[in-house]
Amino acid sequence: MTPFTYSRAADTAEAVRRGTIPQARYLGGGTNLVDLMREEIERPDTLVDVTGLSHEIEELPGGGLRIGAGVRNTAVAEHRSVRSRYPALSRAIVSGASAQIRNMATVGGNLLQRTRCAYFYDEAGQCNKRSPGKGCDALEGFNRNHAILGASPACVAVHPSDMCVALVALDASVHLRGSAGVRHIPLTELHRLPGDQPHVETVLDPGELITAIELPPQPFAARSTYRKVRDRSSYAFALVSVAAALQIEDGHIRDVRIALGGVAHRPWRASRAEEVLRGGPVGAIAFAAAADAELADARPLSDNGFKIELARRTIIAVLGNLAGETA
Amino acid sequence: MSISKDARQIVESAVQGVMAKAIALAPDGWIPGGEPDPLIRSRHGHVGKPVSRLDGPLKVSGTAPFAAEFPMQGMVYAALVFGTVPKGRIAAIDTEQAESSPGVLSVMTYRNAPRIAPPPVFMSGPKAAGGDNLPVMQDDAIHWNGEPVAVVLAETQEQADHASSLVHVRYQSEPAQTHFAKAKAAGTRTATFMGQPLHNEIGDAEAALVRAPVSVDVRYSTPRHNHNAIELHAVTAAWTGDELRIHDASQLVAHEAWSIAQMFGIPEDKVVVTSPFVGGGFGGKCLWQHQVLAAMAAKASGRPVRLVLSREGVYRVVGGRSLTEQRVALGADREGLLKALIHTGVTAKTASNAMPEPFIMATRSAYASETISLDVQAVELDMLANTFMRAPGESVGTFALECAMDELASALDIDPIELRVRNEPKNEPISGLPFSSRNIVEAWRTGAAKFGWDKRSSVPCSTRDGEWLVGMGCAAGTYPYYRMPGGAARITLTHDGQAIIDIAAHEMGMGTSTAQTQVAADRLGLSMDAVVFRYGDSTLPGVVLAGGSQQTAAIGAAVSAAHHSLVKALLKIVGNDSPLAGLKPDEVASGDAGLCKLGDPALHETYVSILARAGQTSVTVTAEAPAPLETQHWSMHSHAAMFCEVRVNSVTGEPRVSRFLGSFDCGRILNPKTAASQFRGGIIMGLGLALMEETQFDERTGRVMNPSLSEYHVPVHMDVPEIDVIWTDIADPHTPMGARGIGEIGITGTGAAVANAIYNATGKRIRDLPITLDKLL
Ligand SMILES: Cc1cc2nc3c(=O)[nH]c(=O)nc-3n(C[C@H](O)[C@H](O)[C@H](O)COP(=O)(O)OP(=O)(O)OC[C@H]3O[C@@H](n4cnc5c(N)ncnc54)[C@H](O)[C@@H]3O)c2cc1C
Ligand code: SF4
Repeated sequence: MTPFTYSRAADTAEAVRRGTIPQARYLGGGTNLVDLMREEIERPDTLVDVTGLSHEIEELPGGGLRIGAGVRNTAVAEHRSVRSRYPALSRAIVSGASAQIRNMATVGGNLLQRTRCAYFYDEAGQCNKRSPGKGCDALEGFNRNHAILGASPACVAVHPSDMCVALVALDASVHLRGSAGVRHIPLTELHRLPGDQPHVETVLDPGELITAIELPPQPFAARSTYRKVRDRSSYAFALVSVAAALQIEDGHIRDVRIALGGVAHRPWRASRAEEVLRGGPVGAIAFAAAADAELADARPLSDNGFKIELARRTIIAVLGNLAGETA
Repeated sequence: MSISKDARQIVESAVQGVMAKAIALAPDGWIPGGEPDPLIRSRHGHVGKPVSRLDGPLKVSGTAPFAAEFPMQGMVYAALVFGTVPKGRIAAIDTEQAESSPGVLSVMTYRNAPRIAPPPVFMSGPKAAGGDNLPVMQDDAIHWNGEPVAVVLAETQEQADHASSLVHVRYQSEPAQTHFAKAKAAGTRTATFMGQPLHNEIGDAEAALVRAPVSVDVRYSTPRHNHNAIELHAVTAAWTGDELRIHDASQLVAHEAWSIAQMFGIPEDKVVVTSPFVGGGFGGKCLWQHQVLAAMAAKASGRPVRLVLSREGVYRVVGGRSLTEQRVALGADREGLLKALIHTGVTAKTASNAMPEPFIMATRSAYASETISLDVQAVELDMLANTFMRAPGESVGTFALECAMDELASALDIDPIELRVRNEPKNEPISGLPFSSRNIVEAWRTGAAKFGWDKRSSVPCSTRDGEWLVGMGCAAGTYPYYRMPGGAARITLTHDGQAIIDIAAHEMGMGTSTAQTQVAADRLGLSMDAVVFRYGDSTLPGVVLAGGSQQTAAIGAAVSAAHHSLVKALLKIVGNDSPLAGLKPDEVASGDAGLCKLGDPALHETYVSILARAGQTSVTVTAEAPAPLETQHWSMHSHAAMFCEVRVNSVTGEPRVSRFLGSFDCGRILNPKTAASQFRGGIIMGLGLALMEETQFDERTGRVMNPSLSEYHVPVHMDVPEIDVIWTDIADPHTPMGARGIGEIGITGTGAAVANAIYNATGKRIRDLPITLDKLL
């Protein structure tokens, strides 16, 4: 680990002032950043601790929620309004990592956690994300956990977060503050696909601070759910995960939200599947058609072809369960 | 029950208690016609009681000193730099930046390291302990991807870690063989293990297979595994003049001291290795480069050195289990009697070790078959030397053999337990030796009854619970009884009636010190309080490997030999006024804190009284265990019948174990509490082997890509159901205390039981470990 200075920011303005200098990083729970620093993947010389900022969960007029970027993952999962109005989010969070990590991890940090690709983590690996232009060892190497959607020849890594998958399905947006002022963007626009610049993972400007996420009111989200498929019962990243919510009226699907995890460089909003379903009939055939539409562009790598079938089945099963529940 | 009857029983049991407490001297009876250990008959002593671990309070209060916790004056901390190519030379190594980093004392590389000899590789001599025989930081050659190339010493661990990232190395790569299939294509060689070729033939098995009316002929594969003991490998090394002291986490202190002495070219007694507590060994806590590098760095710097491997470091420096590809072919008549048993395959090792994964070992004594053909071929790769890992050979060998037996049972439509019982051998098929004690059939019957095997449908896919397919499977486990030469123990009897047992043995969390205190207390007729069991120090007598599940027998035989010597020594000093006057050693027994005449407990004198009368403050004896002749005369093995219930998700393929039972036949169980933990621990490791453990070895570069507990999966709590363990408790008449080792057997058979249950649940035979969900979609 390279030596660095550490300070706690008293407010967001001060945080942004300190965080905008080159080689500065914001520090949330540190559960990802500190690991990356130990591995010499990140070498910041200044850490600005932002866990003291914005750690409230506020009810918004009209029924939404605003969750401060410093709120711990556990606190979000346990919050009564989250559990009753956005259960997919609670479930997604508690299916991730371990209790200790969730107790430390913050919302802002979870959003910006980096991939778990083994070659990204290994100093001996060739990795475009770690050293742009060096190549991608995962293409011909271990890529069982890697992307089937939206990948590029430069990078096939996935975004590892569970929480983000639920947030993307729930139409969350992100409040940002940078030296140029504040802005508010949909979460689906925060993360980038790898393209030919896999080291640029988000649309954030240098030093831009996440101050909060916002969940809009969504009555049918009260029946949302999250299903995570993994290699062991706990403490494993998703091979595939599905967050979904379904609104059925008069035997038809009035509205639907679906997002996938473990399949792409960003939490994957399954808009094509939603389109297929919206306004159509309920049932296994429709669910399968939706899954197929979403996965039509899926491309397997040497070890991860099973994810296509797994994602398909999991989407169908999750929608089936939701339809069963709401029926 | 009437009061009088009750009272009579109490008196009777009290008398039996006294009788039983008087323990005759164990004969050197590990030979045909010899007398079994008298401790076997003793049923009222400490042996067999579920005594809690004596070190429990130390462990839970955090006061048990582990290797990384020995305080030392002026100590410095080491960090390793690992190489990044599989083979080649160090073209340039720049240590300047690291050396000028804050707190750094020095950076050791091949250029400035003390000159030493290579390690004596394990099995090349009685006390050889090296995982390989490669030179340790002596030249610019690189032998595997991850080999240490520099040791940074600094005042704090953090300073050392940081500076290690400032060492810059350039390599001249050379062509390396890191690809298993390519190495196989270039040719394999028949493997030898412990001096014997791993090859056996009885009759013409291939011909018999062709003729057999029913047969299966299938291939299995098992991946590489890495050691993941919870305690990271750690060592604290210090020189005082020409004497080297090493506080280590070791399962072979005496071997290690000797081997390191050879390397530094100093007398054996100038190296002292202590290891009072080890947080898990499993075959991984032997001699690897880190101990040697710490000793070299301590010598070069003149300061005590602490070196704790990071988790990644364990993967780079400590070998693991090698991969295997196995073929099992079974031919049977319609009744299921085996006509042909073929178990062959290939594994990978290195040129610098003598450890081909011996996956046919369990098959040698498993089943009667008219013809048998066993063979292990090996290739040599440029990789970190593979090594022993819990039940080397048996763990992965039983996976293949016992899955194949299940496949044969399906082909024959015979219950898999019944098929195994029908093929019980009278004598060991390969050696022809009689079994010392084999009660696997009883283990099958009691296990099946307790597990509810009769509720299993023999038709796959017949039980469903919502999305989940439910199935049951079984498999046999087995592990040999070993007792290695070199056991010796010292007993010091003090005037206050205490017995101190000294032996260079190990406590790795199994409960050895507790169980051996129980045994020694019974052997000497003392309470457990009066026995002090000292171990984990190379200066103590004995060369006792905590491996091969042989420690219990090795210590037991050594202490019983020392008991002989003690009685002889005491009879020499009893004097004429003692009730024991004139008795010969074979006429006395130990009991009630002293000696008595055999068969006449009233003729008794306490140890305290004997020593007081003789005016001695203590008596000390040392004795060596007799040679392990028992294994020459009998085929000696522990057995297990493993039962598993799994649930496989029909949507996602996720396999989860919902119930497990192990029914064991391991001789006498010395301590049911510590034994149950050993059995369960082995089974849990077996669940990992079945479902998730896999080292990702990148064959392009020979590099391990998942060197962390986050990416290398072992079972978490939620993966482990309630595990029931039961045992026959039938003493083996040919072993000390009637006991056989129990540390490794739990992992054997478990993988196959899981795989067979998965077949029963889903109708799918998954023959390549680990059984991950993608294979079940
Ligand atoms: C062993 C292990 C297993 C795990 N398993 C899972 C799993 O199964 N599922 C899962 O979803 N996650 C898993 N995780 C990841 C875990 O969720 C993340 O590490 C955690 O959410 C990161 O949050 P943090 O607050 O600790 O972030 P930090 O490590 O503090 O920061 C992460 C990144 O976010 C930046 N950052 C932090 N706060 C802000 C802010 N307010 N504005 C702008 N930038 C910010 C930091 O600069 C840094 O780049 C696992 C982690 C580990 C170590
Ligand atoms: S997949 Fe992406 S993160 Fe992994 S090695 Fe390739 S470029 Fe690096």
